[in-house]
This record gives sequence, structure tokens and C-alpha cells, in this order.
Amino acid sequence: MDPTIESPARPQPATEPMLPDPWRVERVHAETADTFSLELTPVGGPRPLAFSPGQFNMLYVFGVGEVPISISGNPEIESPLVHTTRIVGTVTRAMGKLKAGDLLGVRGPYGSGWPVDAAKGRDVVIVAGGLGLAPLRPLIHHLLAHRADYREIALLYGTRTPQDRIFRADLRRWTARRDLQAQVTVDRAVSGWTGHVGVVTKLVAHAPFDPSNTVAFVCGPEVMMRFTLQELQRRGVPPERSHLSLERNMKCAIGFCGHCQYGSMFVCKDGPVFRYDRVRSLMKVREL
Amino acid sequence: MKPPDPCRPATVLERADFPRLFEVLAGRGYQVVGPTVRDGAIVYDALDGPEQLPAGWTDEQDGGTYRLKRRADAALFGYVVGPHSWKKFLFPPEQRVFRAHRTADGFEVLPEEVAAPKLAFLGVRSCELHAIAIQDRVFLGGRFVDAAYQLRRANAFLIAVNCGQAGGTCFCASMHTGPKATTGYDLALTEILENGRHAFLIEAGSATGAEVLAELPHHPATAADTTAAEAATARATAHMGRSLDTRGIKDLLYRNPDHPRWKDVADRCLSCANCTMVCPTCFCSNVEDVTDLTGEHAERWRKWDSCFTLSFSHVTGGAVRPTVKARYRQWLTHKLASWIDQFGTSGCVGCGRCITWCPVAIDLTEEVRAIRESSPA
Ligand SMILES: Cc1cc2nc3c(=O)[nH]c(=O)nc-3n(C[C@H](O)[C@H](O)[C@H](O)COP(=O)(O)OP(=O)(O)OC[C@H]3O[C@@H](n4cnc5c(N)ncnc54)[C@H](O)[C@@H]3O)c2cc1C
Ligand code: SF4
Ligand code: SF4
Ligand code: FES
Repeated sequence: MDPTIESPARPQPATEPMLPDPWRVERVHAETADTFSLELTPVGGPRPLAFSPGQFNMLYVFGVGEVPISISGNPEIESPLVHTTRIVGTVTRAMGKLKAGDLLGVRGPYGSGWPVDAAKGRDVVIVAGGLGLAPLRPLIHHLLAHRADYREIALLYGTRTPQDRIFRADLRRWTARRDLQAQVTVDRAVSGWTGHVGVVTKLVAHAPFDPSNTVAFVCGPEVMMRFTLQELQRRGVPPERSHLSLERNMKCAIGFCGHCQYGSMFVCKDGPVFRYDRVRSLMKVREL
Repeated sequence: MKPPDPCRPATVLERADFPRLFEVLAGRGYQVVGPTVRDGAIVYDALDGPEQLPAGWTDEQDGGTYRLKRRADAALFGYVVGPHSWKKFLFPPEQRVFRAHRTADGFEVLPEEVAAPKLAFLGVRSCELHAIAIQDRVFLGGRFVDAAYQLRRANAFLIAVNCGQAGGTCFCASMHTGPKATTGYDLALTEILENGRHAFLIEAGSATGAEVLAELPHHPATAADTTAAEAATARATAHMGRSLDTRGIKDLLYRNPDHPRWKDVADRCLSCANCTMVCPTCFCSNVEDVTDLTGEHAERWRKWDSCFTLSFSHVTGGAVRPTVKARYRQWLTHKLASWIDQFGTSGCVGCGRCITWCPVAIDLTEEVRAIRESSPA
């Protein structure tokens, strides 16, 4: 077993595991028509929430409910805590109504992070689909903050339309950098779009990395991840150096509620980030 | 079988002195909970005295059936397990996680004070001791600790009863979880009913158990007493209503996610979740958020849940396990296979409840047998 790929000691919640801690919304930023980022600071003094890229928090909207949401901010700075959420149902809709000054319950961080140490001294390829860029953004911040530790870094990002791109200011900065090969593609172009058109998996074939010495990090809809991992394997990136982040129903995030089970794994504590070779056989089973 | 410990000679509590057990426990601040007859079944509830025990009753169980019957004698524990398990005391079906109130500038969350009365569980069967040990691993053995469970567990005094007969759906012998209690109890009783004699062989399994025993009138067992107790255990072992071949069971189930038997059982299963509700080891829960009419006060509740419900696996875009086939497979594979990887033990103790209380008599031992018999090697 490659010792560098074992999960490192990970940040743990500082509060009672089941109790949300109120955080103040400092700023709301609309990413797209249905997706927003919240910048949060702890109520009653500085209590920074240290996290590893890829970890998530449980966010509680008063009286409505609690949902798992990845941490999407910069792990290198203490404040604010950033979460990027798409409105899809009851809780996320209520969260989307929060304004600066409102409170949101936070508990975490939970789960495994992207194993950044496994990528040291290697090429890195990051493949994101849609909102899947949110849990990868802290990883990108981390890699860029420790740029000398890594060789080539490629970021491949795909969304349905140009309007669905999140973190557009970052994307502009990242595509302008020479030490990061960032490519953005959309499934359907609109007039004025001059970038790539087509699914993100198509970009894998020609992305600038040396497959024999590359670590891959993938997040997006499950079908997108399946095809991406296939493409990566076709290029020669072995499953034990490919990682993905899975989504399952989560009610507790601490291994008690049973909802997130995936074979013998609990996605909340054994994941959400998994090494591909550890879940590849499970991913072949339908309705697991 | 363990040889009798010469330093701790077997001890007997006479039936006539049995009420003293309630008095001693009450004196130590314990509320006794245990078996009693209600609505045609033996359930677990608070007991004020031995007269509330199901004296002279027994149960007849088979797939989908449970019936109470009169016994010829006045045995206090002459039956096996019913629809309840001790889980309901340690991991209540509904518990509040917190309350929250609106405040001038947002809301505040109030931690819950855990009610953990000192309970003495009277009549815990060996399979049930194992089920408690399994839930201990789930709630106390991991990275996070369920503080409420921990408190209730610490306040529980466990009085085991060794089974003198087995039920029609029992298979603890196959799971190596019974019928004799070997560990995890404070006191263990074996009921002796022979030639007009009614008494209990009583053993202490912990320091507190030994203290309670010391307060009870007791005397050394005769050779006949120990022989009678051993015969009771042998009788139960010999009469298991079901059996399960556990050899290589983890790999058997991991190897067979596409076995045609899953479709077959799904055609019978009503997805009613009875099996998971009666199971003493099932630990899944859901949370519900409620507010009062003013919207000023909110509460979060944690409630037993079941992998048989459609919403259990809901993610945006739909359920991960929309078919009953996938849900039954999840339940059985978790119980008998993935549980071993997760907690180092099977999730099944062979108590038979899921067989007895299934409205259509689905029997996991049969399902496993069918898969084993036609599994590709
Ligand atoms: C590790 C992880 C990280 C994530 N990160 C992000 C992120 O960064 N950004 C983001 O936008 N999303 C993220 N998600 C997805 C996000 O958690 C879901 O979109 C969110 O839970 C949807 O909640 P909702 O109430 O708005 O939607 P709904 O679909 O209405 O409800 C979702 C929840 O309500 C429950 N529910 C729905 N219907 C029923 C029913 N019929 N009966 C009972 N219960 C029901 C489900 O159990 C579910 O948990 C992540 C998920 C995971 C697991
Ligand atoms: S699966 Fe069935 S037999 Fe096994 S412990 Fe649960 S209820 Fe008892
Ligand atoms: S196996 Fe029986 S008890 Fe369990 S969900 Fe199916 S019908 Fe209900
Ligand atoms: S979310 Fe509850 S066990 Fe994983």
C-alpha cells in the first residue's frame, strides 16, 4: 500500500457533535441563478474552523433542517468560512433566503479530505463538473499556496452552460496563471462563448499531465465522475492515484444515522473523498 | 462449557426470596424494567414487583406468527424474546437532540439534558446481551461518542436470564450468541423448576452485581441444582427453531449483489420496515425539525429509521435505492456482511424477531440458504 495515500490526521469539530454552532452571514454572493456562496464568521469572538480541503460541514437553517455542504473557501486563511450551495429543495431554498447579518448553524468539519500529500512531487489533474468545483476549490487554493511542491497542475472544469459556471472571478485568475493549466468547457454554448464546447471528460485525453506520475482529484455528478475516471484510466492514471468525492443522504455526519452507507463504508466518515480503487467494485453495483 | 469456578461456588436464590431482588434494586435507586404481558405479547416495561412478570406464560413463534400460551408451571421466564428489545431504553425510538429559540439577533441552540434514569434490566437473554454489546460498538466505539447513549448505558444494571428453552425462530446457537449468558451482565439467573422446587441459580458478573447478590438471601447450590441449570441450557441449544450457516457469509453476500433471489424476496417483501424496528441491533435514525406556530421555537428530534423506506437513501435527483430489491439486499448484506467490516462483528444475534414479526414470514435464514445453494463459487 502506498503510505502517502493514507488519510492524514484530520481536523475535528470543536463543539458537541450533534449541536450546531451559530455563525453570522457576513456576505452573500450570487454565483449563478440558483447557486450562492455564504461567507460566515463565528458569533461571539474568533473561533476559526480549521479544515482540510474536501471536508464538509452540516449547515442548520433555524427551524427548517440541516444539510451537508462542502467547505468551498480558502483553507489557508482563518476567516471567513465559505460555503457554496445550489437551491434544490427545502433546506437549500431556505438557506438561499439568508441575508447578511442572519445566523446559520454550523457543525463540523466532517469527513475525509483530498489527500494532498499523495500529490507532492507529481502532476495533478483536477476534474470538476458543475457544483463539483465547490469542494475542489479549497484544494486548488492549497496547491497554489504550496505551488513548489507540485509539478504540472491541470484544472478541467465543465458546466452545462456558461451561465452555470461558479467562482467566475477565480476562474479568470486561474486561467490567466501560467503555473496552472485551467480549461473550462460547456455542454451547450451560447453566443459570445469562445471557449471549449463539449463534456468535460473529453478534455482529459489532451490535458497536460504525465499519466505515469499524476494524481487525479474528481468531483461532480456521479455519471460525470464514472466517465472521467474511465478516461483517466485510459490515459494511464492508476485507480490508486485517482480520488473522487461521493454524495449520499446524510442525517448525522458522525456515523450514527446509517443513511450514508455505501457497501461497508460510511460516506460521512470514511469519505466523502475516496481513493478510486477502494470503491471501484462498489461503483459497478446498481442501486447500492 | 466453562467449569464451575471453585472460588465462586454456584449460588441459589429461592423463588420465595425473589421479591427481595426488587427491594434491593429499589434500595440502590434502580427502577426495574422487564418482561410483562400486554396486548397478547410479552413486552418490556417498568415493573413494580415480580407479580407483573409473565408467570406461567410461554410463547409460540414461527415465521409471521406469535402466540401466548399457558404453561403447566409457574415459571417466571419460561418464554423467549418478544417484539420489544432493550434498545428502546438505551436508544429511545424518539429523542430530542436540541431546542432552539429565536433571539434579537438570530437564534440560540440549547443543549439537551439527557434523562438517564438508573434502570435495572431484568431478564436480558444472551442474544440480547450480545445485541447491546453490538450497539455499544456503534455508539461508543468509533471516532464520535453518543453521549446520551453512553449515559443511559452507564446507568443500566443488566440481569441476564439463561434460556431454558428456545423459540421457533431462534438461532443464537448458530450465531454463537447464546443460549447461555457468558459475558456482559451484572447478574445472571438460571431458572430451576424441578420436582416442585422453584429457584434460581444466580451468578455475579460484575462488582456491582456481586454487591447486589451479597444483599440477597442466598445459599450454595447443590449438585442437583447445577445439573438442572446445565440441562436447561442443553435443552435450549438442542431446540433452536432455525439455523444459519455462517461460514464465509461475508464473501458469499459480497459476491452476490446480482443473485436472482433478491428479486424473488423483493416480490414478497412489503417494505414495511417491521424487521428493522424489532431488530435489537438496527441503529439507523432520521432527524426531524419542528417549529411551533409562532416560528420562535424550534426542536430537532432523532427518530428510529429504516433502510426499507424510500426516503432513506434520498439525494437530490431521487432515491439511491428505489427498488425493494435493493433495499432488502442492503438490509441483509449490512446485517450479515458489511457489519463485520464496519464493527468487527455480525449485526445479527439470531434472536429471530425479524422472522416472527414479518407479516409475510420472510426468513433471513431461508434467504441466505437459497443464495448459498445457488451461488456461483
Ligand atoms: C458530503 C456532501 C457535500 C455536499 N456539498 C454540497 C455543496 O457544497 N453544495 C451544494 O449545493 N450541495 C452539496 N451537497 C448536496 C446537498 O447536501 C443537498 O443538495 C441538500 O441536502 C439538499 O437539501 P434540500 O433540503 O434543499 O433538498 P431536498 O432534496 O428537498 O431534501 C434533501 C434532504 O431532505 C430529505 N428528504 C427529501 N425528501 C424527503 C422525503 N420525501 N422524506 C424524507 N426525507 C426527505 C432527504 O433525506 C435529504 O437529506 C453535498 C452533499 C454531501 C453528502
Ligand atoms: S436480523 Fe433478525 S434475527 Fe438477527 S438480530 Fe436482527 S431481528 Fe434478530
Ligand atoms: S422483510 Fe418482512 S418485516 Fe422486513 S420490510 Fe420486508 S415485509 Fe416488512
Ligand atoms: S451521515 Fe449519518 S452515518 Fe453517515
